Amino acid sequence: MAVSKDKIRNFSIIAHIDHGKSTLADRLLEKTNSVAIRDMTAQLLDKMDLERERGITIKAHAVKLNYLAEDGEEYVLNLIDTPGHVDFNYEVSRSLAACEGAVLIIDASQGVEAQTLANTYLALDHDLELVPVINKIDLPSADPDRVAAEVEDVIGLDCSEAPRVSAKTGVNIEQVLEHIVKDVPAPEANDNLPLRALIFDSVYDSYKGVIVYVRIKEGKIKPGDTMRMMATGAEFTVVETGYMRATLPEPCKELTAGEVGYITASIKTVGDARVGDTVTTVENPASEPLPGYRKVNPMVYCGVYPADGADYENLRDALEKLQLNDAALTYEPETSGALGFGFRCGFLGLLHLEIIQERLEREYDLDLVTTIPSVIYKINLTDGTMIEIDNPTHYPDPATIASCEEPFTNAHIYAPTEYVGTIMDLCQDRRGVFKNMDYITPERVDIHYELPLNEIIYDFFDSLKSRTRGYASFDYEISEYRKSNLVKLDVLLNGDIVDALSFIIHSEKAYSKARKIAERLKEHIPRQMFEIPIQIGIGGKIIARETVKAMRKDVLAKCYGGDITRKKKLLEKQKEGKKRMRHFGTVEVPQEAFMAVLKLDDND
Amino acid sequence: MKPMGLYIHIPFCNGKCPYCDFYSVTPQCDTVEKYVNALCREIDKADGIYDTVYFGGGTPSLIGADNIAKIMSHILRTENCEVTLECNPSDTGAINSDFDFNKAAQSGINRISMGLQSALNSERAMLGRRGGCEDVERAVSRARNAGIDNISLDLMLGIPGQTAESLKESIRFCKEMKAKHISAYILKIEEGTPFYAKKDILCLPDEDETCDLYLTADKELEKAGYRQYEISNFSYEGFESRHNLKYWRCEEYLGIGASAHSFADGKRFCYERNIDDFINGIPPRNDGEGGEEEEYIMLALRLTEGLIFENFKNRFSHSVPESIIIKANGLKKYGLVNVDEKSISLTVKGFLVSNSVITALL
Repeated sequence: MAVSKDKIRNFSIIAHIDHGKSTLADRLLEKTNSVAIRDMTAQLLDKMDLERERGITIKAHAVKLNYLAEDGEEYVLNLIDTPGHVDFNYEVSRSLAACEGAVLIIDASQGVEAQTLANTYLALDHDLELVPVINKIDLPSADPDRVAAEVEDVIGLDCSEAPRVSAKTGVNIEQVLEHIVKDVPAPEANDNLPLRALIFDSVYDSYKGVIVYVRIKEGKIKPGDTMRMMATGAEFTVVETGYMRATLPEPCKELTAGEVGYITASIKTVGDARVGDTVTTVENPASEPLPGYRKVNPMVYCGVYPADGADYENLRDALEKLQLNDAALTYEPETSGALGFGFRCGFLGLLHLEIIQERLEREYDLDLVTTIPSVIYKINLTDGTMIEIDNPTHYPDPATIASCEEPFTNAHIYAPTEYVGTIMDLCQDRRGVFKNMDYITPERVDIHYELPLNEIIYDFFDSLKSRTRGYASFDYEISEYRKSNLVKLDVLLNGDIVDALSFIIHSEKAYSKARKIAERLKEHIPRQMFEIPIQIGIGGKIIARETVKAMRKDVLAKCYGGDITRKKKLLEKQKEGKKRMRHFGTVEVPQEAFMAVLKLDDND
Repeated sequence: MKPMGLYIHIPFCNGKCPYCDFYSVTPQCDTVEKYVNALCREIDKADGIYDTVYFGGGTPSLIGADNIAKIMSHILRTENCEVTLECNPSDTGAINSDFDFNKAAQSGINRISMGLQSALNSERAMLGRRGGCEDVERAVSRARNAGIDNISLDLMLGIPGQTAESLKESIRFCKEMKAKHISAYILKIEEGTPFYAKKDILCLPDEDETCDLYLTADKELEKAGYRQYEISNFSYEGFESRHNLKYWRCEEYLGIGASAHSFADGKRFCYERNIDDFINGIPPRNDGEGGEEEEYIMLALRLTEGLIFENFKNRFSHSVPESIIIKANGLKKYGLVNVDEKSISLTVKGFLVSNSVITALL
């Protein structure tokens, strides 16, 4: 029996990375007895190992809690967890669209950070009621009064009533629950309208097919109904409806307006149940979908190759499986003269790229070589046409190019004032255009830059962290394409272009980068039987060169009284070593040399 | 029965040279006797006929000419059998040496191989070699007087402190000694040897210097009339070591003695590096397949004659794989290999990087 609508509270938790979102979620589960203590592992909602390790939530999850409030009434609290990273902004916005309120966590010592603000604005865009919570009061450096003042100052949110908690130790968690019940409005819900349910997440399950997580806005749905995805038009017969519990799903007869739950319908891929799409029924269809759906498109591309060519099929299987669960991941086969057979993969951003790469390596035990990430460039040709390229290999003949455009971002960096100098140096070096700087408090600033996306997709965040000893936070959104003076750098070994090492770069940076690459390669390519020229060129023009001198001695002089096997073994070993090399004509390049060039960063 | 090569390992040395990793122990009277008996036993058991015999070590001369003769009496040989005895000049060339070259010669020894290493006593001392050049001279003349004229001397390249000049000096000495054959090995620091332990303080010549020494040796030896026929071996025309050529031409040979390696019937096998096991009759263990194409090619390319297409075809009933010829042609422009319609061979420069060249071709 469904509970009365006015006892439902749908909420998210939003926070800057590491401010304790997942830990607080765990405490809420515990306080509502949603999970037995023996089942508690730290951060239950972060189901992937990777999430737990990195302390970030990659995919959103949801859970239904029952809470007996101080007023003696029992409430249903639907907690919808949100991914905590800028790459997954769209997913965050869909999760928020499924709620009426959001718990905003602020770290009692760090205060307002880049994503605190970004997520707050996102929540306000969805008219959510915000429940500020000051967390980590157990830390010696905690200063809840200062942070409360900061939140009032910067965000304009009244913090006089804000619970001051320690999610780690469990102090004052009840206050959070009470605030959710009191401050977050009950859903406006009408069971009698045609069904409109918002998909805020979906996961692939090998038994049930895709499990679609929905918030029912209007109407109701039950097993046997024929559901229709309003954006994709796909139709399925509902097999099961239910609620997400902390440890196990709980099937139910139907889901009604205001509720959060799941639907299974033997859906084969998550691509058929896209986050943001609206579910209705064929029997009684809604006329308009819920607002806000868009197909998320990859922003960053790179080539992903198996280190061992024999793993190509395994890599394809792994990508196929990951895509079942991640509609934002795209891949298509590509061939590189240098790296053999692999895939051109598209990602939402750099974190997304790293996560996919790590999952491929960990969960599928693959050894990978990835090429330098690229954004999508728009190239205007002299014949008046425009092409979009995400792979330097497709860069046209410079003679046919009228102009190039690259994507820019609006980037905000929050940091203590003492780091302003080094941050501005970094942004300047990354071709940033300074917009303005706001003092959040006398000690902390919000620095606003316009930065080319291709300058931040690689190691910007790492550089930023190392320059500010981890104190800076960073957030960006894509703004527009701008004309830019771009060139393609080619690496030539022994006169042949190594396609996998080509990349597109701003002309101002081409020379210094070319020199570094040449030096790096020289360091990492072992001497071979002959001299190997390393050249870096733009078009036909060589702008940097180095030479790997020829190896002179590699010989087994002695005969060892007929011990041929020993000789053979040595040669076998040498041949094994050769297999791990990449071959370009007659030149052999060890994997490390690629890595060294691909990982070339700021500090080199 | 087809004659084959016979290698006899004598694992005794009076002392261990600090760079050597061959199997050897200090001889004790009764051990030598038991070992010689075991050799005879195994030779009898093998029951073969041999066209080359090679006593290697260790220091074969250390067991005395009587024991050599005793072993020889068990070996059935073809008429022109080449029989080499490795000698250490410090025992066969010492003033008071009692090694009886006449007896050895009478038993059938017709070739002597001696470790000169260097004609400079300072360099010999550096290598821990006992005895000086005088001992080499004496040993050579004693062998000659016994009628053994086919003498091979070993030279070492890359000795700490060695220069092109000192190397030329050593080569001059070899010519004066009228050696028919020279083996010139590049000093290799093997793991587990005393040299390995102190390799960082040895002032070893670097890669470039060692290569230059090798090229100098090649040039000077050729000038002195020694023709290179293998990576490390040079000789007057007709004095190539027939026994060692068997290794490189992938022909069959039997190795008898502790740690000795054999190749027969397409199989490689070897005795353990343990005298007692050998004396006690523990049979050799399998050491893998042998004589297959790749091995044949890898060994052939060590010879200056190289991989001769016709020989390959006769042996394997098909031509040398086209891919190898294509790859060889690719390396031609770097001056590492010679390719013509009959064969592929490595140049002197190619020999220096032969491991890379061979792996690149295979």
